Amino acid sequence: MSIKGKAYVMGAFEHPTREAPDKSVAQLHAECARGALADAGLNKDDIDGYFCAGDAPGFGALSMADYMGLRNLRHMDSTETGGSSYILHVGHAAEAIAAGKCSVALITLAGKPRTSPPGGGRGGGGFAAAPEAAFEMPYGGTTHNQYAMCATRHMHEFGTTSEQLAWIKVAASHHAQWNPHAFLKEVVTVDDVVNSPMIATPLHRLDCCVVTDGGGALIVTSPEVAKQLDRPKVKVLGAGEAPKGTYGGKVDLTFTGAAWSGPKAFAEAGVKPSDIKYASIYDSFTITVLMQLEDLGFCEKGRGGRFVADGNLISGVGKLPFNTDGGGLCNNHPTNRGGITKVIEAVRQLRGEAHPKVQVPSCDLAIAHGTGGSLGTRHGSATLIMERE
Amino acid sequence: MSEPGEKKAPAVRKIFPPAVNTETERFWKAAEEGKLLYGYCLACNEPHYYPRSFCPFCFSERVEWRQASGDATVYAYSIMYRSPTGPYTIAYVELAEGPRILTNLVDCDFEKIAIDAAAKLVWKPSDGGAPVPFFTLA
Repeated sequence: MSIKGKAYVMGAFEHPTREAPDKSVAQLHAECARGALADAGLNKDDIDGYFCAGDAPGFGALSMADYMGLRNLRHMDSTETGGSSYILHVGHAAEAIAAGKCSVALITLAGKPRTSPPGGGRGGGGFAAAPEAAFEMPYGGTTHNQYAMCATRHMHEFGTTSEQLAWIKVAASHHAQWNPHAFLKEVVTVDDVVNSPMIATPLHRLDCCVVTDGGGALIVTSPEVAKQLDRPKVKVLGAGEAPKGTYGGKVDLTFTGAAWSGPKAFAEAGVKPSDIKYASIYDSFTITVLMQLEDLGFCEKGRGGRFVADGNLISGVGKLPFNTDGGGLCNNHPTNRGGITKVIEAVRQLRGEAHPKVQVPSCDLAIAHGTGGSLGTRHGSATLIMERE
Repeated sequence: MSEPGEKKAPAVRKIFPPAVNTETERFWKAAEEGKLLYGYCLACNEPHYYPRSFCPFCFSERVEWRQASGDATVYAYSIMYRSPTGPYTIAYVELAEGPRILTNLVDCDFEKIAIDAAAKLVWKPSDGGAPVPFFTLA
């Protein structure tokens, strides 16, 4: 697809300040955003694509989107190429717009090296300079206890139980026993999970993923190249993405960004959750899986506990085989980032190359879904639907 | 996490000193005086937290600082046991004024913590920085 004629630059703003000792870096980003919006005659809520580079503090696009209250984002890009980033972002934005991934893209740059020289090369100053840092870092938030708060709230609102969460780990362990590379190969029971040491209430040790070294890679090609290769073809049918944050204090821990990225991916793919034969679902913790399954539409909101119970996620046993490599809960979670392994196992399933004990028969449609960051504060949600051609 | 047989000197969890910048300086000055501030938008009448120089809902710059009463209820919590310095409780509490804010529940019986329980503001020193707002059961 060419971007020729598919996008236009309609707003531009140069911040008039040359010395800003009285402003934060994040604040300068927001002021530039407001200036460009005014120039274009658009409002903040018109923005559905956001682009920033290494000068944006904290989680980059995630921190800035939450800070600025960009609630309608469906496309993010934090490609960092130094000073050329923003030129490149225009090209990326045009690609995204041409592809229908967004219609109003905001690109921001800001920093204050004159009045507050950064320690390193990255003007944003990293996580310590994130706008949320001072209001979150003192409280000892970790992935464990932040995700655990989601579980506490989910249990309170929907009656979800620790035993139901445990079924997610049980299913993963049933799959991992066939994976010779799995970090944990032992099949566990619901009792094993709920009797394992408490890490952060209500999550036990076996509700948590493994910590492993390693990595992964993917090759994506054009249809022309794919045609020439002697491998089963896995076609990308649809993709969706969304950030979710704390929204100025309107925190809602009962759902994830999958509620937004999922429907977009399904709509683009033209399929329904009930069509999916295999699901790779990010499993940093058991609660992560449960909430994402609900938000993706595999069951009604609040009924995730009942959905995952009694082996419903076990290949050959239940209705929705998930994470047949053992997932992050049992197999692998390289660099504490489990997104790529989710795509890899989905590709194995679609090629028919999963372990025979867990291979889903005639698996022609699969989903790979993940979240990055923290469900308890801000996270980026990504959904990918793929088909065996 | 403390393992059986593991010998570790007991330590107290250090409270990370908040990084103060020009946008939030006023908040941390008020903290020194025991006042918890939040942002309030005069354009759309929405309160927000963490406070910033504009409204994250309507993007107006007509925001002012307001002092919270310190009364809140527990929205969500987790007691963290995987801690070399002993268990502590992270939580979101809902301020009487509306915003849900991240905090710790301190100086209270963990067994009594529950969602919707009443909580009130207390201040704790940070490790070399401004005091930090915490909550305890009311």
